[in-house]
Amino acid sequence: MATHAGGLTTVRSPVRIEALTRRFGDHEVLRDLDLDIAPGEFVAILGRSGSGKSTLLRAVAGLDHDVTGTGTITAPANLSVVFQDARLLPWSRVLDNVLLGVRGPDADQRGRQALAEVGLEGREHAWPNELSGGEQQRVALARSLVREPALLLADEPFGALDALTRLKMHVLLRKLCARHQPSVLLVTHDVDEAIDLADRVVVLDAGRIAVDVPVDLDPARAHADPAFGQLRNRLLRHLGVEQPA
Amino acid sequence: MTDTAAPATLRRTLVRDQAGPSPDSRVGGRRRRLTPGTPVPGRVVIGPLVLLGVWAAGSGLGLLDPRILPSPWSIVATGADLVDKGTLQRDLLVSLVRAATGLALGLVAGIVLALVSGLTRLGEVAIDGPVQVKRAIPSLALIPLLILWFGIGEWMKIITIALGVLVPIYLHTHNGLRSIDSRYVELAETVGLSRSAFVRRVILPGALPGFLLGLRFAVTGSWLSLVVVEQVNATSGIGYMMTLARAYGQIDVIFVGLAIYAVFGLLSDTAVRSLSRKALSWRRTLAD
Repeated sequence: MATHAGGLTTVRSPVRIEALTRRFGDHEVLRDLDLDIAPGEFVAILGRSGSGKSTLLRAVAGLDHDVTGTGTITAPANLSVVFQDARLLPWSRVLDNVLLGVRGPDADQRGRQALAEVGLEGREHAWPNELSGGEQQRVALARSLVREPALLLADEPFGALDALTRLKMHVLLRKLCARHQPSVLLVTHDVDEAIDLADRVVVLDAGRIAVDVPVDLDPARAHADPAFGQLRNRLLRHLGVEQPA
Repeated sequence: MTDTAAPATLRRTLVRDQAGPSPDSRVGGRRRRLTPGTPVPGRVVIGPLVLLGVWAAGSGLGLLDPRILPSPWSIVATGADLVDKGTLQRDLLVSLVRAATGLALGLVAGIVLALVSGLTRLGEVAIDGPVQVKRAIPSLALIPLLILWFGIGEWMKIITIALGVLVPIYLHTHNGLRSIDSRYVELAETVGLSRSAFVRRVILPGALPGFLLGLRFAVTGSWLSLVVVEQVNATSGIGYMMTLARAYGQIDVIFVGLAIYAVFGLLSDTAVRSLSRKALSWRRTLAD
């Protein structure tokens, strides 16, 4: 069984994954995988369907109850997860969703502040059903931020959003990460999204790391930059997509 | 070729069909709505009122034999008479207390059993089977046994009602609880909810729609059980009043009893429905 060390780590501790193996029946989803994430570093995981990227994230989140495997994961105790669906409790109002599991005398104040940060001031008492998909996902972001996580795990958080909303969410996420400085592990299948957001991009293939490249681009990440295109093509090649020359 | 041509023609015909006789045609291409439309105000009482009108007309025109079906106003007069004598209030109070006590006991037992059975594997093993067995035995068939165990006093009646209430409450609450999306359970784990907070924030509100449906069955069921236990052996209550009236051939007293059951049954069901609407205001459904 997996061991989860790290319950007593300090707030700005790194993430260390060592020799992680995960198995579904006879199928090995992750094979002897090592990955480190520095404090405040933003790592994007790319991979085809079935490459094990979600399994990796769920392992770090401690959500893989019935999965067999070995390895060591050291991760900050205060991590939070953003799922592909906003996953708001439909029977709780927006603010109550943000504050789910948050305690303390100033919790209410912090929740309102987090909602204001994602641009949803004044919607504290709305029902989740009354919000658009993008707004719901922003509530989910606020729910993660209000916990001041040392590690933010995001499993294709913008995958269900339309292209325009997704771009707005990218801007918002970059702003929030700059302000709160969590380590981030973002699972995505969108190469542009990975390059736009991450400090480092890792491509998973058949349960192993195929590529691990830093994103050395100017902060604006202009798509017109030739370096952007080169990195994009390189990552796509590793994902099995051949680009015309 | 014909394969592809046929559905295309069909589609065109459908479009014309919709634009033609549809009442919406003046607005242009608006779609015919599939929901029943805006709710009619007072929808619960309209049906019964129409029935009452037909009945009153039949009696007024002399089409109905008063020995078979007395007129509505003679029943009202008899009711007023019984109120004057003070017997109706007394019997009604006794019946209401019985129904309410049985309902309350059955509710608590049903909810507790559903929670224990839904949240623990041991509880599921210990509780679900026996409740399913109980469900197969009509509560009213237990009356002879309950009389032997508890005598013919109040407790026998209350327990009979409670047993009838327990089953729908358990079944629907348990089902509601079991159908809570596992993604919410995962969420509760990631935000580190305690067991009690998990039950309070996820389990109870998630099972609420099921519980409220069960409550509607339970409330109606409690009236049903009440009628039966009061007619089997009782010395007070609306059922007793009606049994006595049968012995003396007072058909209008029987109708007074029936009217009371109808009014209180309808009132309690309306109360539960309005409670449901308030408690489930976060849902957008076909009925809203």
